[in-house]
Order: sequence, then structure tokens, then C-alpha cells
Amino acid sequence: METTQPTPLCLVSPSTTPSGGDSGDAPSGSSNPCKLCTPLGACIAFKGVAGCVPLLHGSQGCSTYIRRYCISHYREPIDIASSNFSEDSAVFGGRRNLHLSIDNITRQYRPALVGIATTCLSETMGENVPMMLAEYRAEERSLPEEGEAPELVHVSTPSFKGTHVDGFHATVRSLVNTFAGKTEAHPAGVVAPVALFPGMVSPADLRHLRTVFGLWGVPVSILPDYSETLDGPSWADYERLPAGGTTLDEIRGMAWAPGAVEFGCVLAGESKTAGAILAERFAVRHHRLGLPIGLRETDRFFGVVEAISGREVPELFERERGRLVDSYVDGHKYLAGRRAVVYGESDLVAALAIFLAETGVTPVLCASGERNGRLEPAILAAAPELAGKIQVLEGSDFTDISEGIASLAPDLLIGSSKGHKLARELGIPLVRCGFPIHDRIGAQRIQHLCYAGSQQLYDRIANALLERKQDGSEVGYSYL
Amino acid sequence: MSDFPTNSAVDPCDAEGFPRSNAPLPDPAATREEMLKLYPPKTRKKREKQLLVNDPVTPPEIGANTRTVPGIISQRGCTYAGCRGVVIGPIHDILHITHGPVGCGYYSWLTRRNLGRPRDDQPVNYLQYCMSTDMMEEEIIFGGEKKLAAAIREAYRIFKPKAIAVYATCPVGLIGDDIHTVCRQAKEELGINVFGFSCEGYKGVSQSAGHHIANNGVFKHMVGLLDEPDPEPFRINVLGEYNIGGDAWEIDTLLKKCGIHVTATLSGDISYEQICKCHTSDLNVVMCHRSINYMAEMMEVKFGIPWIKVNFIGAEQSAKSLRKIAKYFGDQRLLDRVEEVIAQETSALRPVLEDVKSRCKGKTAAMFVGGSRAHHYQHLFKDIGMLTVAAGYEFAHRDDYEGRRVLPTIKVDADSRNIEELDVEADPTRFSPRKSPEQIAALAEGGFSFKDYEGMMTEMRKSTLVIDDISHHEIEKLIEIYKPDIIGSGIKDKFVIEKFGVPCKQLHSYDYGGPYAAFTGAANFYLEVDRMINTKVWKLVTPSWKKDPKLRENFGVGIDSAGNKAIRDTVAGMAKAWKPRKTGPTDAEG
Ligand code: SF4
Ligand code: SF4
Repeated sequence: METTQPTPLCLVSPSTTPSGGDSGDAPSGSSNPCKLCTPLGACIAFKGVAGCVPLLHGSQGCSTYIRRYCISHYREPIDIASSNFSEDSAVFGGRRNLHLSIDNITRQYRPALVGIATTCLSETMGENVPMMLAEYRAEERSLPEEGEAPELVHVSTPSFKGTHVDGFHATVRSLVNTFAGKTEAHPAGVVAPVALFPGMVSPADLRHLRTVFGLWGVPVSILPDYSETLDGPSWADYERLPAGGTTLDEIRGMAWAPGAVEFGCVLAGESKTAGAILAERFAVRHHRLGLPIGLRETDRFFGVVEAISGREVPELFERERGRLVDSYVDGHKYLAGRRAVVYGESDLVAALAIFLAETGVTPVLCASGERNGRLEPAILAAAPELAGKIQVLEGSDFTDISEGIASLAPDLLIGSSKGHKLARELGIPLVRCGFPIHDRIGAQRIQHLCYAGSQQLYDRIANALLERKQDGSEVGYSYL
Repeated sequence: MSDFPTNSAVDPCDAEGFPRSNAPLPDPAATREEMLKLYPPKTRKKREKQLLVNDPVTPPEIGANTRTVPGIISQRGCTYAGCRGVVIGPIHDILHITHGPVGCGYYSWLTRRNLGRPRDDQPVNYLQYCMSTDMMEEEIIFGGEKKLAAAIREAYRIFKPKAIAVYATCPVGLIGDDIHTVCRQAKEELGINVFGFSCEGYKGVSQSAGHHIANNGVFKHMVGLLDEPDPEPFRINVLGEYNIGGDAWEIDTLLKKCGIHVTATLSGDISYEQICKCHTSDLNVVMCHRSINYMAEMMEVKFGIPWIKVNFIGAEQSAKSLRKIAKYFGDQRLLDRVEEVIAQETSALRPVLEDVKSRCKGKTAAMFVGGSRAHHYQHLFKDIGMLTVAAGYEFAHRDDYEGRRVLPTIKVDADSRNIEELDVEADPTRFSPRKSPEQIAALAEGGFSFKDYEGMMTEMRKSTLVIDDISHHEIEKLIEIYKPDIIGSGIKDKFVIEKFGVPCKQLHSYDYGGPYAAFTGAANFYLEVDRMINTKVWKLVTPSWKKDPKLRENFGVGIDSAGNKAIRDTVAGMAKAWKPRKTGPTDAEG
């Protein structure tokens, strides 16, 4: 993990400092983080594994807060257990609590997997979770009714060393590291599924990726896949653990994948990712791509799938692509030359910036909460035309973002709900993307990926601008 | 006397005055067993004490305010949440700095709906801001005091607030940062009030411990700093009212109509100055007993202000509370005015109430929330003829269930011992009993009682279920067996409950609606419950084509039959042959 500069005060503020306040020589004060805490990302990733219950090792408040936050975004039941530290456990260690909580989870849920992530408290204490889990397994606790004991996976997620994005990727990596290859060799003659690591995308995006591979006729294992668990239908019968998610067998079988694809052009700068592990340990051909948003990045992705599968891009998608190009033409007069501020998770920010560039919008300010020095190079590598036209901020919060934003004269903001105040102050529209979105319905159904998802995104952006123009006009336009 | 006399022919109540449910109720003891039987012996033993069948006359002892068993999915939050989020968070003109990693602060940022309006003379509202020291590994290893001191200084430089409050999170307690010394030094250096709260999440069994810590801090560092009584007569403080969805404003308006003045509402839409002078008021009325009884007690000892329990949730209850306050002051004009206002409000409310009641009576509710709402909201349901069949608190103590009479018998466990009990004495110059012993005796004779919280169980029907700190598993069983028509809970359970086809009213955030307090708020609530219970959407969960097997038959043998194979093949062939035309406008039509 890269070291971060100390930021004495992290102002999680709506936007600007109140009038009269000057933050001229602030010792790198930052405000309104674009980041949440690490175990939150872990919980979302764990929710994408079939039959998994996430368990946070620490005090109950973190798990309650994180549940609360995820639920407000996805509007689905999300059970996250806690090992429920007391002052005693904070002093003497939480081994007993951890074992007891796994027992209780097993009884209540009969899960296939308990995904254990740490909170800052257990990390600060230096709890040796892998050892505790080994002890737990060795004890072979008997359960009243027979049934398989759940698998246990641990991921270390201190928030003082990372963000929710780090927690998410660390969890995917840990799942692959633990399970991949732990199965018999794939039967000869049957094509193993492509291993796809999409990153923190929306449930609707995951469903669309499934559809793409399904229509293409290419088998795929997506990890994590919370397309059903975090955006399920209403149930005729209640399911304690919602159906859906990547099965452990799928993860095990990833060792035989004909190829691995990992989205995230910022993530690509990291050496130990899930895909990299598959490449290193099982010689799987690994492809690192940006999130497929817009024409260029989706073209790249489709090209890779074509190469791995040896099957041509189905015409259906070519037509979707054609429609997207067509809409770029239709919307050009509204979008060209507009200026956007994009903030959020760095991979999403990068992908949006690259996409915006091809539509004619300049992403004048691109800000992320993570800090690793890779955001700007990633954007410029894919969209060199933006060189010299954009400002990139890492480790930023809303004070950084709002500072001097007026002089950038942006036409719109793209990012999470947390930018609402700023958008309101600037009197410009906010197109909601990323996490968290708790002030609109349907965060889980926002689509961004591939030609069809980009199309939706494109229409939303264009319409947000049109709506503002129409509403703000004195002349009551009906055609614009 | 009731302000809403029931027509017993139309609204049958049982002998105790509880609404009757339309359907016969399941056996509570069997339901309880059904909930408990899954647990391992130790967990079961513990849950047995928190899961009771009610007896309002002699409530059984409940094992409230004990640790949640690890691995059981609970609604409870942490001590920090109770302190920073609930009790002090609503003070809108002081700065709140969370000392810890970024998450704890982020999650308590505008998540509670304690609304606040900046005052004309004080146009700041820091509720919109959330500040965190965003601790990094370096501070975890070498200590975070320096960073905290720098953060306080920086916050002061930017905002120039009147006061700054600092909150410790779990890792801070562990590494042993001395936030109080940092605050004291900052106070000297900056010349403003700076104080800290050791409210690390692990300290208590729930947010309740945080309420206590917050009460202590507010009392020590703010109450009594400003000896300037408001000029109005009949001054009261409303304690334990957090202005969720604007409730406090509703109560304020109602009281103002009667001529009763609110010095401070702790803590809903409140300024620093109001807290500093709330000791100049003449009566404390307590809404949420759990979160603020400490403050009421301490203010009585130090300043001589008596406290009474009130409840402005529910029409009958609001009327009762107004009368109680008027009786305390004993002024005839006030008493008359209160009756006038009650008459006005009830006549405005009656048409709504009767309309909603005609659709909701006989339905059932269950509630699992908070430290007072699970009790208070039963009155709103009762107003519209609905029976509460099961209820429980998330973080309350025995006295909130069984009544304050059990206080001397509550065992102090290790977790409670963790929380400081302040040694409070009468203020040498400012202690002044608001009522003489004779006046108090006279009031008592007339049936008036001080410090009189009777608890939820005494006001719940016999043989209903009382469940403390309910788990997901138990909620599921309850729904299966009781099928209540609505459940009041929070966002963490809402979607579980609704997957079962039962509407869930969030009673923490009000589903971003409200207000529900006082008469005007009651009308909102009735309409909301009516809307939720009587919506048609639950009937649409199963599609009609699944319900009616005849549909398929009516259309003959279906396209998968052998007879239709030829047709299918043709259609499939045509589809395969179809290619979008590459060249354009040769088409005739267009
Ligand atoms: S770390 Fe402690 S204070 Fe922070 S949310 Fe978790 S339990 Fe609460
Ligand atoms: S202690 Fe750490 S894990 Fe818990 S809420 Fe705070 S930042 Fe998140």
C-alpha cells in the first residue's frame, strides 16, 4: 500500500467551507471523502458468492453501519454478522468471539462460506485471524444436525490503510487464492468458463455481462456476482440466503479458465490481483482491461472475448454498437464542448473520463478517494486526447473537489449521491453513478457497461443537460 | 375520559380497552418455543430471558441491556453511534470531529434524520458537515494525538465555531490516545469550548452506553454555562426528542399554541446557547426515557428542576401530556387554554382518524425499534383500532420494559460499570426547587406523579410477545406464525420484512417522511399506515398465469406439442435466414 500524506482534518463536508472561511494554507486538509471504509468493499464482494455470509471481526458498530449503508444503496436485505467485541475482547483478544460467531452463523444460515473481514479494531490489535480459523477447523466442532461445515475465508481489511475499493479487490483476490485449483482437473473436451473479474459494478451491469456471454455462447464465471443477491425479485417464499452468486465450484474451476479478464485500468497497475494469481499459479492467460464503458473500451473487451473464445462478435452486439455511434451523432450538438466533473472510485472515474472524451465532453476534473498515482496515467493512456485538458485529483474529498471548481465552469457532475450539495450550489445537474446512491431509487439497476450500458449512460447524461436547459429557459421550449 | 370516544358497537374493544384483532391470535408460548429451538443451549438460555409472554400487571423480568451473542444478526449499533449520532449530533452550531479511521465518521454523516434549521442570528448549520481525522497506519502505530490537535486547530481556523466536540472510536481507545488532554489544551489555546467523549464502540452493549456518555458530557461541559432565563412564562425543556422528520417542530408548535415555552429540546434542532441555558427552565418533560433520563435526574439534583414523562406520539397521548404539563404549572388560564387547543386539534383530526380507522381496525402490528418508540407508537396504532401483538426495543433497559420501579433491582454488570456515573450535587448558588414540598404533596394527592415511567409492558395487552434485541431469525418466525399486517422497524430489517410480503414502516427515519408527533403528525401517520397496509402491490407478487392452470389448457395443446413441430421448424428457419438489410432506401414503404 502506498503511503499517504497525513491529512490532519478530513472534512466530510457537503462542499465548500462556509463563507468567510479561507482554506488557503491548510496543511493538506481534505473534505468529504470519496472513499468509504475497507470492510464495506469486502462485504459487497462476499455478497456475490453463493451461500456466503460476511462476518466482520470487531465491534458490532462497524457491521451495523456498513449494513445500513449498503442497504440504503441496494434496498435489499443484507445480513452482515459481527463477532461483537466487548471491552474484554479488545483487551484479551477475540478468538472466542470469532469461534462462537461462526457457530451461530452456521446454525442460522447453513452457509456455504463464511467470509471474514477485519475491522480497524481487530487490525489494530493485530489479531491473528488465519491462526484462529485454523484452530477452529482443527476443533471439528460438532453441529446438531449433520451438514457440511462452511468454508472459511479471511481477508485483512484495515481502513487506516485503504478504501472500500481495496477491500473489494482484496476479497476477490483472497477468494481466488483460497479456492482456485482446489478441485479435480477440468474434464477434457469440455470448455471451461472464462474467468471474469468485473470489479465494483452494479447488479444490472453483472446481469448484462451474463447476457452478453450467454448470447455469445461463451461460458463464463463472474466473480463476484451479486446480480441476484443484491437486486433480487420479491419472493413468493422467503429465502434466508438469497439465491444467486458465484459458486465455490466456479471459483475452484477458474484454474482451468481459457482466459481471465479483469476490469479496471487503475487496478491494472497492481501486481497481485485475482487475475494475476490465476496467471501465475495456473498459467491462465490474463487480460487487464478498463471497465468497458464507451466504444473504445468495449471494443477492446469484445476483441478479447473474441480472441479467447475463437467466436466472432455476434451481430446483435455490432448493431448495439452501431446504435451507440448513431446516438453520439444525434447528441453531439448537446454534448460537444461540455465540461464535466467526475468523482468516485478510481476505476469508474477513469472509465467515465475515457468515455466522456469520445462523446465530446471534457472531464475537466477527475477525482478519486484512493491514492496510488495511477489514475491520471490510466486515463491518458486510453484517451490521449485529454492530455493538458484535465485536472486529476487522488486521495481527494469534497473540499478538494469544490476548491476552485467554479472557475472550471462545469456543466455537470457525475458521481455518487454525496455530490448533491455541490451540484445544488453550482446549479448544475448531477448524474448519479458509483457508490453510494441513496437519494434515488434504482441504484442497483443503473447500467454502465458494454455498448448497451454505455447507451443508457449516454442518454442519461444528454438528457440531464437537456432537462436543465429546458427547465432553466425563459422561453418554454418544447423542441431543443 | 377519552377525546375520541369509541362507538362500542362499531369498534369492539376488549375489557382492557385494547383493540380486538380480526383474526384469532396464535399461541404466544408456542411461537416463543419455535423461535428458541434453533439456538445452541447457551444462546438459548440467554435469549429465553429476552423473549417473554407479557403480563401487564406483573411484568416478568426481562434480560435487557445484555450483550448480543456474536454471530447473531442484531439491529444494534455501537456506543459511538449512540453518543455522536443520537444525543449530541443534533446540536447544529458546534463542530463534531470523529477521531478515528474514515468509516465511523462517514457512516454517521447525515444518516439520522434529526433535522435542523439555522437561526436568523446564527446562520450556520454544521449538521451538513462530518469531520474525521481519517487516521492512517502511522497514527495507529505512533499515536493520533498530534493529528487530532492539528485537526481541531484547522477546524477552528476554517469555521470559528463556538465549541468543538471530539469523539473517540474503537481503535483510538485501544492505542490509548488521551483525547481529553488534547481537548483541554485546545480549549486553552483557542479560547473556545472543546471537549471529548470516550465513546469507543466496544464500550457498551449497544448505542445505549453512548447515550449515557453523551448525557454526562453535555451536562459537564455545556449545561449551566449561561444564566439567562428566557422571558416567557411556563418554561419547559423537552428531553429525549430528536426532531426526526420534524417531530420537535410539531411539538413546539402545539405547545406554543397553549402558551407553553420550550427553552431547549434535547437534542432536536438545538443550538449551543439553548443547551447552555436549559437549566433556567422550570420543568423537564421526557419523551425518550432511555436516552436521556440521566440528564433529567442530574438536572433535578443540581438545579432543582423536576421531571415528568410525557408522550406526544398518538392523539390521546398528546392530549394527556398537555394536560399533565398544565396541571404542573397549575395556572387556570393555562389549563383552560390547553383544553381549548385539545378540542380544536381533535375536531380537526377526527375525520381523518375515523376514515382511516374504518379500513385499519382489527389489523395487527409489531414493532422492534429504539428505546421508546416501540412503546409510544403502539398508541398511534391503537388510535386507529390496531392491536400491537409483539414489540421490543433495540437497546432499552429493564426499566423501559417493566417500569422504573424495578430500578433498585437491576444488576450492574461489567459493561454498565464501564460507563461513568457522575457524582452530582446541588449547585451552591443556583439550586432552586421549582416546587415546594407542600406543592409536590398537593400535586401527588391529585394523582400527579413525577419521574413516573411505567414501562412498555404495563401498557401492552396480556399474552402479547415482548422481544428484546430481536434477531433476523426471530423476525422471520414471527412473520411466519403471526403474519402481522405491518411491522415498525429500521432500515436494516425493512427489506427482509418486505420480502415476506409484509409492509415495514421505518421508525428510525420514518421512511424519509413524517412528522408523526402531536395531533397534526398523528394524521400523517394514520394516512401512511393506511397507504401501506391497504396497498395492492402484495397481491401482485404471483402472476395470474401462475395462479390459473386453466389458462394453458384453454389455449389447447401448446406450441411444444408434436403436432406443432412443423410450424415451429418453419418459424425457426425463417428466423435463421433473417439478416438485417445492409443497403438502405430500396424499401417501398417509408
Ligand atoms: S470502530 Fe467502533 S466506534 Fe467505529 S463504528 Fe465500529 S464499533 Fe463504532
Ligand atoms: S473502525 Fe474501521 S472498519 Fe469500523 S467503521 Fe470505522 S473505519 Fe470502518
